[in-house]
Amino acid sequence: MAENALLTAPVSKLKQLLLDRTVSSEELTEAYLAQIAAENASLNAVVTVCAEEALASARNADAQIARGTTRSLTGIPLLHKDIFCTEGVRTTCGSRMLESFVPAYDATVVTKMKAEGAVMLGKCNMDEFAMGSSNETSFFGPVRNPWDLSCVPGGSSGGSAAALASGMAPLVTGTDTGGSIRQPASLCGVTGLKPTYGRVSRLGIIAFASSLDQAGPMARTAEDCALALTAMSGIDPGDSTSADIPVPDFHSALSTDVNGLRIGLPREYFNDDLDSRVRENVMAALAELERAGAILHDVDLPHSHFAIATYYVIAPAEASANLARYDGVRFGYRCDAPADLEDLYQRSRSEGFGEEVQRRILVGTYALSAGFYDAYFNKAQQVRRIITEDFQRAFEQVDVIACPAAPGVAFPFGSKQQDPIAMYMEDIYTLAVNLAGLPGLSTPAGLIDGMPVGLQLIGKPFDEQTILNAAFRLQNDTDWHLACPDLASLSS
Amino acid sequence: MSVTPQDVEKVALLASLAISESDLPEVTERFSRVLNLVDELNTIDTESVTPMSNPHDMEQRLRPDIVTCEDNREALMASAPAQEQGYFLVPKVID
Repeated sequence: MAENALLTAPVSKLKQLLLDRTVSSEELTEAYLAQIAAENASLNAVVTVCAEEALASARNADAQIARGTTRSLTGIPLLHKDIFCTEGVRTTCGSRMLESFVPAYDATVVTKMKAEGAVMLGKCNMDEFAMGSSNETSFFGPVRNPWDLSCVPGGSSGGSAAALASGMAPLVTGTDTGGSIRQPASLCGVTGLKPTYGRVSRLGIIAFASSLDQAGPMARTAEDCALALTAMSGIDPGDSTSADIPVPDFHSALSTDVNGLRIGLPREYFNDDLDSRVRENVMAALAELERAGAILHDVDLPHSHFAIATYYVIAPAEASANLARYDGVRFGYRCDAPADLEDLYQRSRSEGFGEEVQRRILVGTYALSAGFYDAYFNKAQQVRRIITEDFQRAFEQVDVIACPAAPGVAFPFGSKQQDPIAMYMEDIYTLAVNLAGLPGLSTPAGLIDGMPVGLQLIGKPFDEQTILNAAFRLQNDTDWHLACPDLASLSS
Repeated sequence: MSVTPQDVEKVALLASLAISESDLPEVTERFSRVLNLVDELNTIDTESVTPMSNPHDMEQRLRPDIVTCEDNREALMASAPAQEQGYFLVPKVID
């Protein structure tokens, strides 16, 4: 197999090659490490490379394969978003605050992927504390989109999406608080899944907004996402919000049968505000599913336009509480020569956090402060219920809800950074899914002027299987998910 | 709703953030823009709607109050920016 074909092969294919002993995990690991070494200077997708540890665990995986004691991801290289705590490996969350933070334990997701035999290559760049939709807020500099280096990869899991799209790993992890897996997956032309809130443990994921955060996989195919989701999911005694609900084997339950599947198209999303070219691509993808037997319905999500306002109260409020722990005392950045304790707190935080993070802390603190709590935080939590009930009503009529994953394709650097509101609008189709705690997936739906567009499929709570199946069928019938950026031209 | 620079200074104090005089006008302006965005919430009637803090309305599980973590004090203390004799070191608080 040619080197390039190896770098763009899905996990399902690599598994087969490993089991056939056509390629060893060590060879695979070396190939991806070489790709990171060659392309990261232009993409900035990876912030920490663990070459020695990766090669050691690859050799261990090869021994397991030789003994015939393999697990679901034995020998498969992967990159984690740098929001997952990794024991002994620096975990920055894209922030100066955690520039040299080395966790003393692994996140549950990291533990589970290790237990399934995956080989960690390193950690991916991201928007600072996962707050952003363009990867421009990272302390470690912006990530570039491998489809066009002058454009953003999306965010906050932009490093993960760019690394995957550029052949640095066949599997990456991300987290999604308001669209941070699905929007970068859309902008980089890969498949990304945000599971149901509670499906995957949040233990060891650096907290942003605890009632919205959820981890998930990004991969080249829906089939690979099904494999990875099975490995990541499950109740965890260390996360009291992880759901006590059985985890199916999403991979073996995959089916291309979408006959009679009812897909709802929210009128509020397919309105005049929707970019006509995005609409065309999304509708072409849905027409494929219709040809395969699915039935398209109009549905209503009458309060969906409140999602942005609701989100930008709840997420900052929870963030302001979660980020209060960074005080320059116990871990993280500390300012130089503090005059007194107050000065230590204030300057450590103001120098350690970037602008967007500080803005959200301020907004969140305001929304929770005496006199404003009812008007903002309590009100937003009430509207959250109304938005969630819209979805519940829609799901009485349909099995899946479909819409774009992002309002457009990847945009040039700097074009939205000066206006926080313009940036917040990037997540207009994804935020409500987090508020309602639903699973959502972005699957490639073709290109606009050479740049990828994603179709978003939203499922009922804990029904990731149905959206995975729909994406699996779509990827069976089309080749949009196989489109790759021109890797040869990246570093030139 | 707009906020004044004084409002922002007050919130910054609550949030333990230091905002420089030169940044204050811009921080205030952008803060106001976010508040204007979220003020849309005032246009919806939420009388008698129960606030939602967990999207599945799940109760948080409680566990028995027993120690389950290994004692990794040393590894955790290694992250402290300044320490002495196993304690976090901060500027003098009491004279």
